Amino acid sequence: MSYPVLKGVGYALVNTPDMIVHNGTTQTTEKIVNPESEYLKVIGDHIRKYEEVLNYAPNQVYIGNMKPEDLRGMEMPWADKGAKTAERFGKFGEIMPQDEFILLMKNADAFELVVLEKEFTEKTRTKLGAHPLYANEAAELPEGAELSVIEALVADHAEAIYNDGKLVGCVKRAHDVDTNLTAHVLFENLVVKASGILAFKHLIATNGFNVEDVDYVIECSEEACGDMNQRGGGNFAKSIAERVGAINASGSDTRGFCAAPVHALIEAAALVQAGVYENVVVVAGGATAKLGMNGKDHVKKGLPILEDVLGAFAFMIGKNDGVNPVIRTDIAGKHTVGTGSSPQAVITSLVAAPLDRNGMKITDIDKFSVEMQNPDITKPAGAGDVPEANYKMIAALCVKRGEMERTQMGDFITNHGMMGWAPTQGHIPSGVPYLGFAQHDLTEGDLNRVMIVGKGSLFLGRMTDLFDGVSVVIERNSGVTEEASSVSHEEVKNMIAEAMKDFAAYMLKE
Amino acid sequence: MSILDNKKVIIIGDRDGIPAPAVVECLKDTSAEVVFSSTECFV
Repeated sequence: MSYPVLKGVGYALVNTPDMIVHNGTTQTTEKIVNPESEYLKVIGDHIRKYEEVLNYAPNQVYIGNMKPEDLRGMEMPWADKGAKTAERFGKFGEIMPQDEFILLMKNADAFELVVLEKEFTEKTRTKLGAHPLYANEAAELPEGAELSVIEALVADHAEAIYNDGKLVGCVKRAHDVDTNLTAHVLFENLVVKASGILAFKHLIATNGFNVEDVDYVIECSEEACGDMNQRGGGNFAKSIAERVGAINASGSDTRGFCAAPVHALIEAAALVQAGVYENVVVVAGGATAKLGMNGKDHVKKGLPILEDVLGAFAFMIGKNDGVNPVIRTDIAGKHTVGTGSSPQAVITSLVAAPLDRNGMKITDIDKFSVEMQNPDITKPAGAGDVPEANYKMIAALCVKRGEMERTQMGDFITNHGMMGWAPTQGHIPSGVPYLGFAQHDLTEGDLNRVMIVGKGSLFLGRMTDLFDGVSVVIERNSGVTEEASSVSHEEVKNMIAEAMKDFAAYMLKE
Repeated sequence: MSILDNKKVIIIGDRDGIPAPAVVECLKDTSAEVVFSSTECFV
């Protein structure tokens, strides 16, 4: 079987301080139910500066300037510890400031819905013009509007865009009565699209890919685009492909809450392995709704609001090149309708069952990438350390199956697990933040096999009480591609046929 | 006899810990009445 490979990744964070206050649902809900709350009064004192966001170790891990293992020895909380480096650009992508991102929203806008203020546009255009991936886009941006025009639009149902506390633009609604085309929905959708484009561009540039080689795009965030007749009809994927110049690509959106990226990874691998497409890009942008989601707890504990970045990623799955890590589509786990919800049943279905089917043990997996939520964010909010909770359950199952002693659990968690570094952006931490490191660990590094696990809270949609999960194994490439062996197979067959023919001719002559 | 016998119970489960349906399952052998159960996602 010729397995598809992980060809490359691109990751981006966008620091959006004003969007925490104006677009994060914890804050917008508080403004409605408790407008005079102490939280809203002090929130401004807890917003980090861009430089502080750069100087935050989990963020530097996300863009590849630090490694997940660098977090292992760091004393928590991490927020006041700084990072080894505070660079904007990293091996996998970048951490973009809000002002430039607002221009990216305008660039992503295909229907003249985004209106930006004149002076802000010109000032930021110069900044964005220096960006290695956006010089042309910056030059092509139209001139901005007068502030009075924007103020009038905001008074007439448009969603305001703020920077440094000042009104600098807005997103207009696209219909008078359609609830799916309100300014609020379009704002969130344009943020997803613009941040997805950013990660996609990094994927292409960092890996030296030709964007025209992309055949198909799967977008796997948690937003929905469509109008009142087809809420969530799509298609973010193709709209992103269009903006990055992937002229030979079509695409579609895959949804599954936080599990969607791993679903998309498996789907992309299947499409390549089946020969339907050669190069499939999986991409997702970030969610403004989740900015400051646990902000109240962070403020209560005197911490900065740590959910101050949008997350985005893109990765490419392609045909086996004999070098890059292979996606073992035959070692994929799924939480089925009938699995049940006990932790033992869940971990068995996602981790043990696919390994059992292939005669492997849990300890045969060198590294598990689960929901890589940053514990610096979740622990102060009382949500615990999500990756650690998952590793404990995997380790417990390992002990129960007799694969190791109970006393080895601690070492197992350290050696086969990682500290989380991804922002709590729903789908963003879903196993895939590790793909960039996995590509290295399974080629130049010393790992042979990793498992990517994604879980999704389907019950949030109120259609089912179930949750969901899928997993897949990625392995070091043996260097033998199917093409190479099938060609030689064919050659052998031809040689035998030739020999038989010669032999028959000889016999007839006799 | 369980400490939850004849009690009304509210269950809040955690997706990455013990989900609510698993807790409900554990209470089936008691006479506790589950008046509300929900799994929450804290991330």
